[in-house]
Amino acid sequence: MAMPALRFDRLGQVFETRSGRTEALRDVSFDVARHEFVSILGPSGCGKSTLLRMIAGLLTPTSGSVEVFGLPVTAPRDDIGIVFQKPTLLPWATVEDNVVFPARHKTGRVTAEERQRAGELLDMVGLSGFEKRLPDELSGGMQQRVGIARALLMDPDILLMDEPFSALDALTREVMGFDLLRIFSERPKTVVFITHSVSEAALLSDRVLVMTGRPGSILTEVNVPVTRPRGPETAKDKAIHELSDHLRDLLLNRHAA
Amino acid sequence: MSSQTISAISSSTVMPRESEASRTQPALLKRVTAWPGVTTAIALIGTVLLWEAAARLLSIPTYLLPPPSAILGSFSSIGFERWAGHIGATLRVALFGYALSIVIAIPLAVVMMRSPLLSRTLYPLLVVVQSTPVVAIAPIIIVVLGAGDAPRVVITCLITFFPLVVSTATGLAATPPELIELSRSLRASGLREITQIRLPFAVPYIFSALKISITLAVIGAVVAEFCASEAGVGYFIQLSTSLFKLPQAWAGLFVLAAMSLLLFQIVVWAQKLLFPWSLPKNH
Ligand SMILES: Nc1ncnc2c1ncn2[C@@H]1O[C@H](COP(=O)(O)OP(=O)(O)O)[C@@H](O)[C@H]1O
Ligand SMILES: [Mg+2]
Repeated sequence: MAMPALRFDRLGQVFETRSGRTEALRDVSFDVARHEFVSILGPSGCGKSTLLRMIAGLLTPTSGSVEVFGLPVTAPRDDIGIVFQKPTLLPWATVEDNVVFPARHKTGRVTAEERQRAGELLDMVGLSGFEKRLPDELSGGMQQRVGIARALLMDPDILLMDEPFSALDALTREVMGFDLLRIFSERPKTVVFITHSVSEAALLSDRVLVMTGRPGSILTEVNVPVTRPRGPETAKDKAIHELSDHLRDLLLNRHAA
Repeated sequence: MSSQTISAISSSTVMPRESEASRTQPALLKRVTAWPGVTTAIALIGTVLLWEAAARLLSIPTYLLPPPSAILGSFSSIGFERWAGHIGATLRVALFGYALSIVIAIPLAVVMMRSPLLSRTLYPLLVVVQSTPVVAIAPIIIVVLGAGDAPRVVITCLITFFPLVVSTATGLAATPPELIELSRSLRASGLREITQIRLPFAVPYIFSALKISITLAVIGAVVAEFCASEAGVGYFIQLSTSLFKLPQAWAGLFVLAAMSLLLFQIVVWAQKLLFPWSLPKNH
């Protein structure tokens, strides 16, 4: 196997605060291959966001290491994009300006090429014609699409998504899932996707990691035995439903324990 | 005064909602009263007429409550040039003090946000300054800084300063943490984080302070004029009162109220014009 995109080696994170010591993660070890889609399921507070922040170089592990393409993460990298739970767009900037914001923020200017790419990305996420709108003229789902386009502007190899659809209604959420399948079939990415939805994890992922409660560690990992390309039809696939049930059992047993 | 000004403005811009009662009113009356400000204007005119009638019929002494006609008379007897001189003097001090306050408060809030140590050190001092009645410090400032506009501008600055610093600091800290993480993940400079994320997010907070501070600025200028001055509307009111020319004093008071109102409205317009996105959505 080629060099993994991400490698976690006995990763641990302990927060020392005035109110005490929190061990968020313990001994997390796994690899993510290039262009693999990995979902992470786990109870709230088990350190999923913490894990993403360490990949993004926003937080230093207190033990173990995270490697991206063979290099330990010491600072944020250019080839990683982030999609947050809330779209968190700039309310004063148009949709297009929001998408090119990473360029403007990093370099102080936006090139014509970047503007063109923003247009293409907006087209890809189904928002062409909305370039000049302001965020609060958009629905929650559309705002999150802008957030996804923004994360893809610099064409990162790795995309970190922290419960990106959890603020959306069930139907929008399902549509967004199908759109993600289409987007990543057009532009393959290495994706780490955090979710609480077992069916979403089953539909989208190549592999699902289930985490234990705090201190979070990997309870088990499950491969998704369904080929790509996937689409709305895949959601009805028996294998997806069986996998969802299996994942739900794993999570519920863990909660009961 | 300032809170009355604010409520007068907000009540005049809010369109009255249609209610059960209004449906029974004649159509014309209903349409006329639906215009913004019409009901306020009617109430004002009614008050003035009632006041005039009361002052005449009950023959209230002029020094207690001059009738509106006498106040109106003194408006014209003072003459445009003298008014312009006094208004200009007050406006100059109020606006310079206000501008100085903005120029100091916003950068200070930024610096305090960047440095928790400085924030911890300065915040108690700011509270102490704010808790000291400006009216009490004003004479001291005037003695220290001498004649001229300088002490008056400083007094105005002092009175307008605190809301601006506190609101700006609150706004700078209210930025969504995700955007700060985005900024850090892009390895952007701290300066860009301030100018492209934090300050724009603070705009609604800054403007709510700017609206409070502009009416405070007029109060500051008047307080300063009360202590030592040869010009300004505050000085004019004090002089008129000491000469028992009460209609004049009242005229000055109305000029001040109108000034506050207008300045407040200019700030409201400025926000609407420059930062329309920062307004609450139902406006
Ligand atoms: N900066 C921090 N300081 C202190 N404790 C933190 C910090 N970030 C996260 N934690 C704690 O670490 C644990 C895991 O948090 P998080 O990664 O956000 O969980 P999840 O995303 O799985 O819900 C929680 O108990 C949380 O309170
Ligand atoms: Mg989380």
